[in-house]
Amino acid sequence: MDEHSGGHGNGNGQASISQLLEERGVSRRDFLKFCSAMTAALALPATFAPRVARALDEVKRPTLVWLEYQSCTGDTEALLRTANPTVAEIVLDILSVDYAETIMAAAGHLAEENLDKVLKDEKGKYLVVVEGAIPMKDGGVYCCVGGRTALDRAREVCGGAAATIAVGTCASFGGIPAAAPNPTGAVGVRDAVPGVTVVNMPGCPLNADNLSALVVHYLVFGKLPELDAIGRPLFAYGKRIHDNCERRAHFDAGQYVEKWGDEGHRNGYCLYHMGCKGPETFHNCPTQRYNEKTSWPVGSGHGCAGCSEPQFWDTMTPFYRRLPHVPGFGIEKTADRIGVGVAVATAAVFGAHGVVSAMRHKDTSDETKED
Amino acid sequence: MRKLENRYVWEVPVRATHWINMLSIVILSVTGLFIGAATTVAHSTSDYTMGWVRFVHFTTGYIFATSVVSRIYWSFVGNRYASWREFVPFVTADGRRRMMQTFRYYLFIDRTPPDVVGHNALAGATYLLVFLLYLLMVLTGFALYGQYAPGGVVSRLTGWLFLVISNQGVRLAHHLTMWLLIAFAIHHVYSAWLMDVKEKGGVISSIFGGYKSIRVKG
Repeated sequence: MDEHSGGHGNGNGQASISQLLEERGVSRRDFLKFCSAMTAALALPATFAPRVARALDEVKRPTLVWLEYQSCTGDTEALLRTANPTVAEIVLDILSVDYAETIMAAAGHLAEENLDKVLKDEKGKYLVVVEGAIPMKDGGVYCCVGGRTALDRAREVCGGAAATIAVGTCASFGGIPAAAPNPTGAVGVRDAVPGVTVVNMPGCPLNADNLSALVVHYLVFGKLPELDAIGRPLFAYGKRIHDNCERRAHFDAGQYVEKWGDEGHRNGYCLYHMGCKGPETFHNCPTQRYNEKTSWPVGSGHGCAGCSEPQFWDTMTPFYRRLPHVPGFGIEKTADRIGVGVAVATAAVFGAHGVVSAMRHKDTSDETKED
Repeated sequence: MRKLENRYVWEVPVRATHWINMLSIVILSVTGLFIGAATTVAHSTSDYTMGWVRFVHFTTGYIFATSVVSRIYWSFVGNRYASWREFVPFVTADGRRRMMQTFRYYLFIDRTPPDVVGHNALAGATYLLVFLLYLLMVLTGFALYGQYAPGGVVSRLTGWLFLVISNQGVRLAHHLTMWLLIAFAIHHVYSAWLMDVKEKGGVISSIFGGYKSIRVKG
């Protein structure tokens, strides 16, 4: 946070984004490249790029507050390393970030005063980003900021916002803090703050390009993009990883990695056999990728862990097997071994029954011999 | 002394759905096992082995679902042996008594198999369970299939399942239920064989031809 947007963002909302970018040495060319990238991320036709650019030129900068609760700060890290646009562009110029625990200069009660000011002055207009799960157990005492529980504060802040964006799997669905046995009763924002508009952008971490695209959509169209049944924007979570995977041809052909480092692995075969959760996971990783579009897990030879799906830690494990363990059976018992056991036991029971039945000659229907 | 009478028991839709179900379950199990535990079978990336296996699995799934729904429909319009009443013997005291009778025969307590024309009561109740498993397979199968096109018809009809059970939970249920049905098939073939021998009513041939030999007082 610097003097540019410190305290409250509405004060310098008059300057257009392109002006601000120019001040910061971002060329018009880079700005238009960013607009094209965002248009592509939103799956809009390329002809929308100029419209995106025009809209971003004209738009008033919305105020954004970033709340962080039960998280590893991985989503903040992902944002600070975002490729399009650079950190300065998105954090300081496109948005007026008035509160963000990790990066703001203010501390203690001054920081909380900033937040209170946003709540009062920008009521119904500001955006909230929530990172991390919110604990519900014992009145929410397991996560407090400024002496107030995350639950209490999130309800107040999200309740007065234009929209809430839950970034990362923890804020979206509870994530790892909510994994069994979930000692703090952690839940995602939608469950903690019912009744408010929440966009879920799960991922571990969030793909910051998707967040940029979401914000751009909001700025350009003045509304949130279309969401699926669990609040995820369709432009980023509308298709399974499996259906856009660069290794899909190997899946359909029937070519699989069967051991780490085997010939198939070296040839880039499909990781399905190694427990890849691409067929279970809705995310645009294959097309959007991570780290300036350098790579992504499957691209670098490791199966998808399903990190952006609800209850991923509890249901996507074991990561290197196709199916979860069967509840009540030992760790190494797979569903198929249990299934074969059931089939063999059935055959054995009825086989034995058959032997006994064969030796019982007088148990047939009456008087049949004469018939 | 009793007389034998040939009685038409299993109508064409009953026999047809029986065999379509049987063939579907064999094909679905074989293709499903390969889909669940895929190993490298292709020599070239231009092959389409898994593609075809999945195509056969999905197509057979549609055929199986149609057959199951047809049989359920027939249980409302077919003859008394095809009726839905055959599958809920446990709702009446008499039905429960007949179930216990068959059960006692299976446990070698009684020496005479119960006199029945259609299904014995225990078998009828078992088939209710089996049909519930069929419906579970159809639901979980189509839910998983529908994920390739979110917002499509299949996904609109079945997508709610993922709000109730996790994606992996649906897969596990689909997989384990297959094994339950395989176990049922083993039991089913054995029991039909046993009853063919002990009842002497030609129950095995009846599912081909429709007629059973019934003993009537005469």
